[in-house]
Amino acid sequence: MSQPLAIAKLRKRYGDTPVLGGIDLEVDAGEIVAVVGPSGCGKSTLLRLIAGLDTRFSGEIRVADSLVCGPDPRVGLVFQEPRLFPWLSVSENVAFGLRDAATPRARDLVRDTLGVVGLTAFAQALPKQLSGGMAQRAALARALVTEPQVLLLDEPFSSLDAFTRMRLQDHLVAAWTRYRPTLVLVTHDLDEAVYLADRVVLLGERPGRVQDVLRVAPERPRDRRDPTLLGLRVALLEALHLERSQVGVAV
Amino acid sequence: MSASAASRGRRLPSALPWILPVAIVAGWWGSTAFGIFEVHQMPPPPVVFESAQNMWARGLLQQDVMSTVARVLEGFAVGSVVAILLATLTGLWRKGEEAFEPTLQALRTVPTLAWAPLLLLWLGIDEPPKVALVAIGAFFPTYVNLVAGIKGVDRKLVEVARVYNLSDLEIARRVVLPASLPSLLTGLRLGATQAWLFVVVAEFFGAATGLGFRLTDSQQSTRVDLMFLAIVVLAILGKVTDSLIRMVERRMLSWQDTIGQMSAEKAARETELRQGLP
Repeated sequence: MSQPLAIAKLRKRYGDTPVLGGIDLEVDAGEIVAVVGPSGCGKSTLLRLIAGLDTRFSGEIRVADSLVCGPDPRVGLVFQEPRLFPWLSVSENVAFGLRDAATPRARDLVRDTLGVVGLTAFAQALPKQLSGGMAQRAALARALVTEPQVLLLDEPFSSLDAFTRMRLQDHLVAAWTRYRPTLVLVTHDLDEAVYLADRVVLLGERPGRVQDVLRVAPERPRDRRDPTLLGLRVALLEALHLERSQVGVAV
Repeated sequence: MSASAASRGRRLPSALPWILPVAIVAGWWGSTAFGIFEVHQMPPPPVVFESAQNMWARGLLQQDVMSTVARVLEGFAVGSVVAILLATLTGLWRKGEEAFEPTLQALRTVPTLAWAPLLLLWLGIDEPPKVALVAIGAFFPTYVNLVAGIKGVDRKLVEVARVYNLSDLEIARRVVLPASLPSLLTGLRLGATQAWLFVVVAEFFGAATGLGFRLTDSQQSTRVDLMFLAIVVLAILGKVTDSLIRMVERRMLSWQDTIGQMSAEKAARETELRQGLP
């Protein structure tokens, strides 16, 4: 089976500022990879490049063995904010990316996906009637409905309160169990990273490079109180601090 | 306040919007009744009403209203359609912006009424110059607002459409145009106001019917009552147009999460509530 996502020697600069300093990363089918790192290390840029929103980079990004040179229907992206179209109902928003949105098949798909994120009752609601968590679930449904092989999430729960965030993480796990996409999740929440991911990739200070990779062993469903996860969190924290103190010495 | 008084207050439409108009009419009436103005300077409401009945009986009032309304409708339609087409072109297409924007911005600085004598000369004294002047008046508010609306569309929403690899044309149709609908409707509302202003001016120049004609004609024959009548009718027609467009606005923009829509929705909820009550 082809590799859903393979990144090699990826470099990106904005003007004179290098943002990504050579990233190598391979992600297996159905794997969940969390990308963490200090702010400004190019985490979000990495996702934008994989999504094909910005094609000015050097190196290689391959999705299912074909080089990325623009947006690809096999890649989905959930942004930090829901970015729902305010004039469309929830179900119309979810159907936005479907080519054949008017067909009965598409309607069934939309209904199923809304069920997965628990928004069946709000299919006809307008975005302004949703809470922050519901809006982000609708955005998740919009990305899932096209059944992308690779789903990218850019700090998707960072603007939500802790309780809603945990519920959405479980929604995400449920959706992943159902669709089994390859997931790349950028986050600054270490608990989220170790709870959701199979592997946590730590990027260093700008220009971002892969500093460390931690494998998260426990099988799903996971328990948030699992001491293994807490241990991993501590390891990540130490790695991040190490990163910071190195910079401190350099300065 | 007791609960019953509160619910009664909600059930009845508020009297607040009527206080000022009633005060104006009372002041108008009073100023002649107490001899501040002479009746021939400021005819009191009953005199104007009598003139209205008279004009109606002779069929002149209907004729004036019909021809003015027709000019406004035609001019407004032409002006807004051209404005929407050009604004879409300049808003979405960089080359179109380069081609049209500087000229249109320059033309906009010409006081639009300065066109009146020229149009009269070019297009004759029939309907075309009047409709053209109304069209010019309606054009600019719609054009300016829609261009600003298109330019102001949230880049983040456009990016969502780009993730789905939509073509530029599809992005325009499915994201940019719906997102700039609020600006378009604001422009149309201002354009309609301008259309009423310009039709009166157009009718000052060599018209044989219409409310603007009635104003100049009555001025020459010092029929102040008829001038008042024309002004009152214009005020009513302008208000009706504005209310119609506001109604369309509320209906088409019910998705907006704004203070304006909030009050409209609250009103709708209260209506539902009321209907639910025994």
